[in-house]
Amino acid sequence: MIEFPPGLILVLGALLVPVLRGKLRAAWMLALPVVGFVLIYMLPEGNLIPVPAFGQELELLRVDRLSRVFGYIFMIASLLGVIYALHVRAAGEQAASLVYAGAAIGAVFAGDLVTLFVYWELTAIASVFLILARRTPEARAAAMRYLIVQVGSGVLLLAGLIVRWHETGSIAFDNIGLDGAGGLLIFIAFGIKCAFPLLHNWLPDSYSQATVTGTVILSAFTTKLAVYTLARGYAGTEELIWIGVIMAVFPMFYAVIENDLRRVLAYSLNIQLGFMVVGVGIGTELALNGAAAHAFTHIIYKALLFMAVGAVMHRTGTALASELGGLYKSMPWTAVFCIVGAASIAAVPLFGGFASKSLILSAAAKEGYTGAWLALVFASAGALIYVGLKVPIFAFFARGPSKPVKEAPANMLVAMAAAAILSIVIGVFPSALYNQLPHPVSYTLYTESHVLSQLQLLLFSALAFTVAMRLGLYPAMLRATNLDTDWFYRRLARRFMETAYALGSGSYGRFRAIATRRIERFVFQLYRHHGPQGVLARTWPTGSMVLWVAILLAGYLLLYFTDIF
Amino acid sequence: MIALHLPALQVVLPLLAAPLCALVRRGTVAWAITLIASWAAFAAAIGLLLRVLDEGIISYEMGGWAPPIGIEYRVDLINVFVLLVVSGVGAVIVPYARKSIAARFGSTEQAWFYTMYLLALTGLLGVTITGDAFNIFVFLEISSLASYVMIAMGRDRRCLTAAYQYLIMGTVGATFIVIGVGLLWAMTGTLNLYDLAQRIPEIQNTRPVLAALAFLTVGISLKLALFPLHLWLPNAYAFAPSVTSAFLAGTATKVAIYLFLRFFYTVFGGEGFFVTTPLPEILLLLSLVAMFAASIVAVFQSNVKRMLAYSSVAQIGFITLGISYATETGLTGAMTHIFNHAIMKAGLFLLIGNVLYQLGSVKIEDMAGIGRKMPITMAGFVALGLSLLGTPGTVGFISKWYLGLAAVEQGQWWLVALIVIASLVTMIYIGRVVEVAYFREPTAQVSQLREAPPALLVPAFVLVGAAFYFGVETSLSVGLAQQAASLLLNAAY
Repeated sequence: MIEFPPGLILVLGALLVPVLRGKLRAAWMLALPVVGFVLIYMLPEGNLIPVPAFGQELELLRVDRLSRVFGYIFMIASLLGVIYALHVRAAGEQAASLVYAGAAIGAVFAGDLVTLFVYWELTAIASVFLILARRTPEARAAAMRYLIVQVGSGVLLLAGLIVRWHETGSIAFDNIGLDGAGGLLIFIAFGIKCAFPLLHNWLPDSYSQATVTGTVILSAFTTKLAVYTLARGYAGTEELIWIGVIMAVFPMFYAVIENDLRRVLAYSLNIQLGFMVVGVGIGTELALNGAAAHAFTHIIYKALLFMAVGAVMHRTGTALASELGGLYKSMPWTAVFCIVGAASIAAVPLFGGFASKSLILSAAAKEGYTGAWLALVFASAGALIYVGLKVPIFAFFARGPSKPVKEAPANMLVAMAAAAILSIVIGVFPSALYNQLPHPVSYTLYTESHVLSQLQLLLFSALAFTVAMRLGLYPAMLRATNLDTDWFYRRLARRFMETAYALGSGSYGRFRAIATRRIERFVFQLYRHHGPQGVLARTWPTGSMVLWVAILLAGYLLLYFTDIF
Repeated sequence: MIALHLPALQVVLPLLAAPLCALVRRGTVAWAITLIASWAAFAAAIGLLLRVLDEGIISYEMGGWAPPIGIEYRVDLINVFVLLVVSGVGAVIVPYARKSIAARFGSTEQAWFYTMYLLALTGLLGVTITGDAFNIFVFLEISSLASYVMIAMGRDRRCLTAAYQYLIMGTVGATFIVIGVGLLWAMTGTLNLYDLAQRIPEIQNTRPVLAALAFLTVGISLKLALFPLHLWLPNAYAFAPSVTSAFLAGTATKVAIYLFLRFFYTVFGGEGFFVTTPLPEILLLLSLVAMFAASIVAVFQSNVKRMLAYSSVAQIGFITLGISYATETGLTGAMTHIFNHAIMKAGLFLLIGNVLYQLGSVKIEDMAGIGRKMPITMAGFVALGLSLLGTPGTVGFISKWYLGLAAVEQGQWWLVALIVIASLVTMIYIGRVVEVAYFREPTAQVSQLREAPPALLVPAFVLVGAAFYFGVETSLSVGLAQQAASLLLNAAY
């Protein structure tokens, strides 16, 4: 069997994309993830491509159950992304999305931190093109903010891996733990990509600015790669449970008030990441299974939701809730798929999200993390309110300025249908997913208590939502940019600068003059001493040179003779 | 047979070839003799290296007279490394010299130039290989006197004052060295370095020995152009013929550094002695001043050759910085930089020699747009410039890596920052040339230029290639430097 890094199939395959045209390109791009998927299926377990380098071993291809399940879902996600984007003509965007997916897959199969770092940076660089491809000034600004954050994460990872190498003498990517500065640095690097609280601003910021097709791809890889790396390096780190809880609860309020549906989805993505992070933090077999399974189903239904909103955006040109409504008549299929996705994220029984979220909730309950369990239940009830009902209702059913539009293009519908079917299949036959999980599963999903308690939760949430809508308590959708903690750098920092500028604009001129004069004087001094006629550069008379020699000799004699040594 | 007498052949071959050149008085023939002699010397150095690696230290009794009465040639890894650098640079430069020298001198003068070249080579190789303190002085004078003549043959009239100043300063330096050696002889009764190394540790704190140390310090510092005793160097390198500048920049100061190491480590008792003197601190300070002051001066130079000369002073600062650490990594960095800087600076002087050959000037304002007219030459210049400022993949990076590593080992992170900043200054002066050569409109004079002939390009590009080859494959340079460093620290001789 060929033992070839599956990620490289996409990365190298992407190089051909700009050369190919039309149907051939479509076929080529569809074939790559399929081939990659089969390859992952056929790879045996183990460290397959060891490369000795600088006294260490680079493990380019480490296959085990954990990396395999993430490999599968990443290939599925890239296939869905390719189908969804088949109508896109720009080769650059398509190639970038393949490189990005390939890099994420490569990172999943990396067995050492150096290889991980290389792929880690490649994901950052490739993905920024998906935002830039939107070609609006806002997108360009968001892309730069995104790039700074992502590359910053890479730099932290590099620093961490060097420190860790120094501390432990090993670059292997196994359990790292928070002991030692290296472990901490790497933790923060992972945390940035995983959108930890306060490190999360890049996520809603960039996902809502990328192209319609780009967001679908973006939503799948970066954050779930981070979940994978956390599961690999920091499983059972208790801090993660509380970080995860904050992630699961805190963005909910933003999701409720947010008008831009893609930002709503981005916040809900952040919330769902919180579930996975809690699972990793608990660290038991059941919890890790839950985290992996939730990453799996979440990629599918979140991609589905982004695809549905993207299709709306593609046809109407906006994703603002205040501008949308009543689209169920003109885009019935998209509406149906969107509802499937919404049902899945709300963990309605028989849909994918139910199969995975239950694992994490059960793990939290079983290990006695009551507080975390309550928070997650709360977040899961909220999921119905902020996404499950909000997105379909505002986009498709609310009374709104509905202009008649066409149904989504066929390729988008196919991609959405595939994702919807996968969601339902996993929901109905959870064992198909459970069998792929890192640890053996002895978990019965469909017990009476599970199903009943979940349905109760959902029904009461739906009731709350309806009441809120009826009484006008649900926040009105306003055309505005909601800032959360990025307020600090997008507003406060700017306002600070503006104030400082206003205050100082008078003194600024003076300051500038002084600074310029200082610099000029510095260069002048430099020139006076170092310039061609300067004391250090001019040709000295021979006599002075010899005088220097004499002085130095005297100095050395004095130094050697005095008993300072 | 030949292998047995390699230490003698190393010196005798160029020494005998020198009068031969003077006798034939025909430029071309003299060049051919020089070519053969210099390559034979290079071959001898390689042969010696193989023998030293094989059998350890070689002790060769000159003329069959046993030391300490006879002169002993003593070859170990430390000096065979320097022999390799000196003879290697010498061998690469001779093919270049043919066209460069023939363009300016008549046949007889050419023959004289080659005579002087061979004598300078002989002297430098002799200083390096000999195990006798007085012999060191003799060879030092041979090489210096020959260099004065070679510098005085420059096309700029100012080369005469430069050579004269170099003569005065070089003689002062050599005199100081001989005074130091004399004092040591008075105290120990021997001139053999090995014997000196045995006897000095017992008496190393007596006044005459300390005085000898002071004289040697100043004398050798003069020869290696350690700040502030570098004043003779910029003019000498700037106004000498290109071949001379390249040869001296690659070899003369390197041999002086070897002498420094030999005296302060081997003869005076290794690391143990060196760190008890105030020298590490003084050397650190002077190195840093050299790295910055000379680099900044280089930024303001309008003559590119003079700029490169100041850059040499700065780079010598990097080497002495490595020595000042007195650790194995530090000395490895210093020794590696001897090797690497010889490649880079000789190459840069040869390439700027191409410009001088075609354009007749190396003033920076005259070189506007020259990158378009002499693309190969300037590409080589940029490549070596990148190496000089320490781009990964080039030799400059390797040396700076070890120098930085040595600083880190001692916990002196601020030194790493200073090394990086000094490299940035290097980027400014190299960048100035790049800016003028590539981003300015060619002047009328430049636009009529053509690329230098292959005879001038090939030797220079051998050095460019070496700068990249040894930037990746470091087992020769760093490998030998590392072993030499450990020998130095333990004063094994």
